Amino acid sequence: MRLPPVADRLAGNRFLLDEDEPHIVVDQALAAATGSADRIIAICPAQVYSKAADGTVQVEYAACLECGTCFAVADPGVLTWHYPRGGFGVQYREG
Amino acid sequence: MSEDQFDFDVTVVGAGVAGAVTAYLLAQKGLSVALIDRGETPGSKNLSGGVLYCRSMTTVFPDFFDQAPYERRISRNQLVFMTPESSVALDYADERLHRGGTAVTVLRAKLDAWLAERCEEAGVMVMPGTRVDGLRIDQGRVVGVRAGEDELNCRVVVAADGVNSFLCRDAGLRPKPASNQLALGVKAVVKLPDGQLESRFGLAPDHGAALALVGDCTQGVGGGGFLYTNRDSCSVGLVLRLDDLVRQGLRSVDLFDHLLAHPLLERYLADGQLVEYGCHLVAEGGRAMRGQIVHNGLVVVGDAAGLTINTGFTVRGMDLAVGSAIAAAEAVAAAIAADDVSAAGLAPYETALDQSYVGQDMRTFAKAPHFMEGDRLYHDYGPLLADILFQIYHLDTSPRHRLMKVARSALKASPLRLTQLARDGWEGVRAL
Ligand SMILES: Cc1cc2nc3c(=O)[nH]c(=O)nc-3n(C[C@H](O)[C@H](O)[C@H](O)COP(=O)(O)OP(=O)(O)OC[C@H]3O[C@@H](n4cnc5c(N)ncnc54)[C@H](O)[C@@H]3O)c2cc1C
Ligand code: SF4
Repeated sequence: MRLPPVADRLAGNRFLLDEDEPHIVVDQALAAATGSADRIIAICPAQVYSKAADGTVQVEYAACLECGTCFAVADPGVLTWHYPRGGFGVQYREG
Repeated sequence: MSEDQFDFDVTVVGAGVAGAVTAYLLAQKGLSVALIDRGETPGSKNLSGGVLYCRSMTTVFPDFFDQAPYERRISRNQLVFMTPESSVALDYADERLHRGGTAVTVLRAKLDAWLAERCEEAGVMVMPGTRVDGLRIDQGRVVGVRAGEDELNCRVVVAADGVNSFLCRDAGLRPKPASNQLALGVKAVVKLPDGQLESRFGLAPDHGAALALVGDCTQGVGGGGFLYTNRDSCSVGLVLRLDDLVRQGLRSVDLFDHLLAHPLLERYLADGQLVEYGCHLVAEGGRAMRGQIVHNGLVVVGDAAGLTINTGFTVRGMDLAVGSAIAAAEAVAAAIAADDVSAAGLAPYETALDQSYVGQDMRTFAKAPHFMEGDRLYHDYGPLLADILFQIYHLDTSPRHRLMKVARSALKASPLRLTQLARDGWEGVRAL
């Protein structure tokens, strides 16, 4: 079976967006220098990361499924990553 | 700290299977317990493939089969080797599995919510929507937790915060896992057209199937796929070892789409409706990943302690989470009763865990992670099996050969050598 593009795939999930506090921040210089940028872009199942025209990494943190994979494979210091504040973020109904 | 400064006897962080069962058992023993979870409701952050080997759960909840929101009882297991166009399956169906209630499929948002309700009934203070930001440590002893402006003081903290376990990592109590000790799980829940599930999988009502997929589905990345039946939906997903995924530079989304496009999945999931798409890390390090699970005022249970076993046939974590919860609750209650919650006082947890089926199985399958790292398993065995069977079934009027010759020529065409086959067979039998 074919699933729709990831953005539409996520449309069925319930997200409670924390507008005040993004839970992912990228150190752009370090991401580029260490090769982490391409790594996290490729690995994220929610396609939270993408490359902007100027080569920097864009972060669509609202779509994050909070698995921690990007944080596990990025070089130390590239990501400031923590779970969203209590009650925010993805809320699975199936799991 | 004097008696009245404690808010609770025990604070459990994480209302997954490990945390909820620990909290429930401690409350049953008469202790005051807080169960904190960062999800809006317990279970809303949790995801698993979904096969719960439920014998330990039913000892904790004897009414599990009557009361718990499980999906189906597994009576049919398949191990499927895949190539791009073929699949070769070992298909094992057995009424005894159903009768005995060995394994059920579950969806965690539902199961964990039920567990939290049971906790509340037992007197646990369940606090969802709260992210614990760190442990409170005083003179080398864990004395509580911090959550935003709030602080909770307690005698013992149970870290049940899952595979990432930032609680212990941030406090310097556990190292960051290496990338070969972690795998990325990507999963979709797909609802099948009404009435289709049982006929497609050949199942009677309340019977379920669990398919473990190996080979082309991960395009050579260490790991595998799964297809499990729920009541009227399927859980379909991939488990991909992080070190391999990074080394090969593949995109997880592409691998997932590749899996779903396979003819086998097409057959089972045709006209299905995507209900939910998610991902989660899997602890794959085995015993080597466990580290210190007892500290002054703290014990670590479930995925936070790296308690997962993946043999290729079965992925287990939830049942080990229950086992660790049982061992931890016993030890924590005894330590509090004896007024010694130091690491020495809590040490019986580790001893009990080691002696339980959890510790025994972790030792038995200690070699499984290493065996599963062998590339041949993902690249070569599927094609070999499919080629042998193709020669047997593809009658094209050319003269036939006996099985031995067919196997030998298929092996010759494959990159596998007989010595490797023998070695993998031997190591596989020993590791799994
Ligand atoms: C794709 C996939 C397939 C799997 N398949 C199977 C299978 O078929 N069978 C099986 O038995 N196991 C399977 N597993 C493993 C199984 O899911 C885990 O072993 C199990 O969920 C571990 O339970 P746990 O309670 O230890 O952790 P979790 O279920 O991860 O629970 C941790 C809890 O802690 C909470 N939390 C974390 N940090 C904080 C914080 N700072 N503050 C507050 N709350 C916090 C989370 O919200 C969560 O509720 C699979 C895993 C994956 C990812
Ligand atoms: S945590 Fe997971 S879902 Fe979120 S950005 Fe990282 S890889 Fe993507």
